[in-house]
Amino acid sequence: MARFRGRGMASVNYPIGMNLGGDPSQALIHSNPDGKFTVALSAIDLGQGMKQVTRQVAAETLGVPVEDVYVDTADSDTGPHDMGSFASRGTHRMGNAVIAAAREARGVLLEAAAEELEVNAADLVTDGKGNIHVKGAPSRAITVRATAQAAQFKQGKTIAGRGIFLIPLSSVDPETGEMNPNTAFAHACLVADVEVDDETGEVAVLGMSSAYELGRVINPKMVEQQLVGGAWMGISHALYETPEPYYPNPDHGPRDFNEYLMPGPGDIAPYSITILERPAPDGPFGGKGPGEMCANPVLPAIANAVYNAIGVRVNDLPITPEKILRGLRANGGVKPQPRRGGAL
Amino acid sequence: MAKVPVQFRLNGSDRAAFADPADNLLTVLRRGLNDFGPKYGCGQGTCGTCSVLIDGELRLACLTLAASCEGASIETVSGMADGPSLHPLQNAFMEHFAAQCGFCTPGMLTAAKALLDRNPNPGREDVIDAIAGNICRCTGYEPIIQAILAAARTLPAQRRS
Amino acid sequence: MEFRKDLFQNERDDNLNVVGKGVQRQDMPGHVTGRSPFFDDHAFEGLLHLKVVRSPHHHARIRRIDISAAERAPGVKRILRGADVPVNKNTLLSLINFGKDDEPSLAVDKVRYKGEPIVAIIAESEAQALAARALVRVEYEPLPAVFDVEEALKPGAPVVNDTYPGNCFEYHEKYDHQKLRFGDVERGFAMADHIVEDRYQMSPIEHAPTETNGSIAAPEQNDRFVVHSCAQGLFFSLGTAAKIVNLDSNRLHFIGGTVGGGFGGKVDSLTEPLAVLGAMMTGRPVRYVLDREEEMLHGGPRGAERIYIKDGIARDGRILARHIRSYFDAGAYTRLSSYAAIKCTAHLPGPYTIPNVTSDIYVAYTNRCPSTAMRGFGITAVDFALEVHMDKGAEACGLDPVEFRILNAYRDGDMKAHRRVAKNTALIECVQVAAEKARWPLSEEAQRQSSLTGGGGARAEIPATPIDENGRINRPETRGGRPTQTLPAGTMRVPMTKQPIMEGSTENRPSAPSVPQYEPYRPATAAPPPPPPPVPASRSAAPPPPAAPPVPPPAGPAPASQHGAHRFSSVFGTRRR
Repeated sequence: MARFRGRGMASVNYPIGMNLGGDPSQALIHSNPDGKFTVALSAIDLGQGMKQVTRQVAAETLGVPVEDVYVDTADSDTGPHDMGSFASRGTHRMGNAVIAAAREARGVLLEAAAEELEVNAADLVTDGKGNIHVKGAPSRAITVRATAQAAQFKQGKTIAGRGIFLIPLSSVDPETGEMNPNTAFAHACLVADVEVDDETGEVAVLGMSSAYELGRVINPKMVEQQLVGGAWMGISHALYETPEPYYPNPDHGPRDFNEYLMPGPGDIAPYSITILERPAPDGPFGGKGPGEMCANPVLPAIANAVYNAIGVRVNDLPITPEKILRGLRANGGVKPQPRRGGAL
Repeated sequence: MAKVPVQFRLNGSDRAAFADPADNLLTVLRRGLNDFGPKYGCGQGTCGTCSVLIDGELRLACLTLAASCEGASIETVSGMADGPSLHPLQNAFMEHFAAQCGFCTPGMLTAAKALLDRNPNPGREDVIDAIAGNICRCTGYEPIIQAILAAARTLPAQRRS
Repeated sequence: MEFRKDLFQNERDDNLNVVGKGVQRQDMPGHVTGRSPFFDDHAFEGLLHLKVVRSPHHHARIRRIDISAAERAPGVKRILRGADVPVNKNTLLSLINFGKDDEPSLAVDKVRYKGEPIVAIIAESEAQALAARALVRVEYEPLPAVFDVEEALKPGAPVVNDTYPGNCFEYHEKYDHQKLRFGDVERGFAMADHIVEDRYQMSPIEHAPTETNGSIAAPEQNDRFVVHSCAQGLFFSLGTAAKIVNLDSNRLHFIGGTVGGGFGGKVDSLTEPLAVLGAMMTGRPVRYVLDREEEMLHGGPRGAERIYIKDGIARDGRILARHIRSYFDAGAYTRLSSYAAIKCTAHLPGPYTIPNVTSDIYVAYTNRCPSTAMRGFGITAVDFALEVHMDKGAEACGLDPVEFRILNAYRDGDMKAHRRVAKNTALIECVQVAAEKARWPLSEEAQRQSSLTGGGGARAEIPATPIDENGRINRPETRGGRPTQTLPAGTMRVPMTKQPIMEGSTENRPSAPSVPQYEPYRPATAAPPPPPPPVPASRSAAPPPPAAPPVPPPAGPAPASQHGAHRFSSVFGTRRR
């Protein structure tokens, strides 16, 4: 009776957004009289960070400090229509809608500043610190705050913008499946190391290492949140979770957290992530969206690592100790496969 | 069923409510006293989102009869900050991006506070033990563990000052 | 976490102000102080609580419902049955006109899964609602049930969902599955040196968000209703509720956006419609929150998927043909499974360039809780199957699994199986970096490969493709038929352009730097594709491809006959009510 180590890998891509279009997001942005901006959306933040993603995208496009922008979501009376937070669409679709709205608001902002500075708006740039100045002449400047005040109380201009981003509807050919699905795809490859106990059938994940290509990373800390949390969910899907352990037999299902198994804080494995950025041509600043795909490579990588460790293929998830032991019995014992590579 | 009065200190202030004898503390805190810090996640003590401190001890509000809290001192996440100053744990959770949806965060912070209150120098295993009763579906736990360890490192210095 | 900024560097302007910076989340102060306002964190005077009676049977006829004792129970304010629901049949994607209404809010004549809601009790307290729930008497006549997706599709299986009597979602009003046909897989298998076949089973998964599904609906000023919701799509839920309770959308005021985890499990508007109806009927705030057991058993899981893969592989490791047959277990009602099968079809054969690919993706109804979206919907399960199968393929032809993937990886300019050209690809680079990190030995040739080169050319061709009419709706005997015709190489039948519409800035205003550039897809082949073949008469439901592919116009105003929900023009099916 012993423990056997194995390594497996998997590589995947992931489509960004509802794949057949009909997929609109809208955004509204307006400024207070002192140049502080509110972005009104009906997008949903269910932890993935929608509020902060759109806040950074809005600040970048407006050319103002991020703390001068707050995102207000979701209130159907003030936030315009959005399809919702699913299908990895939030960053891409809503990010683009926010860019559109912010561009319009920025246009008015620069017009108002041009009027105050008596220059052409096309010659103005923002410094991202709250100032607007003539390109190449930083001394000919006005603050965003003074501009907003002038727009509101002197010029009678609304520093505001509205934006929509729509991937139009598209059809599917019934006979060939020809279609226009998503335009942006993210990519990943993940290597997992496991240890399998041939007596208990238990699988422990020893470590994981991955490379993710996600287009432009809007906020690296939040990308890390998604990838780390998602990898945990991947381990959980691969080894622990199901409400129907003997599917399709519907019986014996767990009813609560006592019976529904997930890895706890003591069951997590070291995880090393490397990020590649190939900007999406139609993404907000090239952004794609990592929130959904981050569990996907973990499942097959672990299954492949289990095979590498003991020679048992488990084709039905989750990979429970029972399935491992039955597989070992069917195989007549452990059949370790060749070792691959060095320490993670 | 006739309601019974119950009085306790909540985050340092005297509070009173009328509760059904069968009401749990979570219901009374949330629906009776409008303290929405502790959350309902399972109602059976398995997820930890309703964690509170009762007389300094970590307790699950969903499994605690409200009437049994008469005269007790109850702390929830809502009272964790010292006025506008966040508790070191709250700062550490922010710095380590240790929350995504934020729903388990009140319970996590409360469990972590209970740990640091009794052990200001915990090791990684101590932290894991301390939050083992709290379920997080978003973060994969690692940022939370790191945040608690980091907060512990700032604590003794604060206590000395 | 580290970056490989050297890769694709010339495709990026890294000189941005705040995009790319790890600045603090706007919502974090609220999260760490317990102030983030989740749907249940709102106080209302006179709050009522709603609990539902659920079916104890997987499949049964409802003979009689007796609520008389429950009505007299202490604290009970109102009891709702199916007849009280103004529009008691809905399908979620009716909001984009996809699929037929098939699911009641409260079951009337039949229950089709264990846990299906039948009666809703609204009472002064949760305890009173639960006590009254136990007093509702429902007489059932149990019916045979089916739980296996392939059993469900066999002739004579119990009919799960009367709207789809063949137990499968109907695609294009024509087929019992969604097809993908690209090249000639049979020829590919015949040419192959290795055939690798296997069956995979993705288990159902519970979303298990720490916050269970729920909502609070309350009468608001101006004769409206405010709804605090955990929905993942605010207007999706608003539209669904408006349709079901038959109110104009502007009489509903939905507030949400701060959600305690969703993972796909909060797309279905499980509670909003009944909470709103309860508030309408009682004139008081009504709170409907699932308890953990309801969330676990009846909240709608990630659906199980059964996947069969057959690969034909050449001796040198090139995959010549791949066939996939897959079954989504929708449970008793459609919810979103119909959409996932389409998404899955577009995803096949995975991130690899394979000259011959076919797939048949079924959405089957079984007598279990309807499944729904979950993180990676339509993709996670098939990626598991594909990537385990890739390992087996590598083993079959004696290649290292990493080398095998790089050899078959898709690259810029390659034609994908759904007849669109791949671009912006980066699989090879991800594999190379991951291998390097794991010190996984790679051949020099594999290290030299790039997503930017080696694609296109012959790999951009659309091959001649046999097509078939197998699997006509409700005619399972047609599943094994022969091809009916062969589409010539280069055939495309769906308009190419799907140019995003982005509107906001006006002509005379300067635009911000670094905004996205759009261009329509163009075929990678130099020669224009041959004209599409005559459209078979049976395809009359689908519009013929226009000569010049214009950008489809935005949806027009909703017809007056429809409810307050937003309506969009047809996606790819038609909707019958």
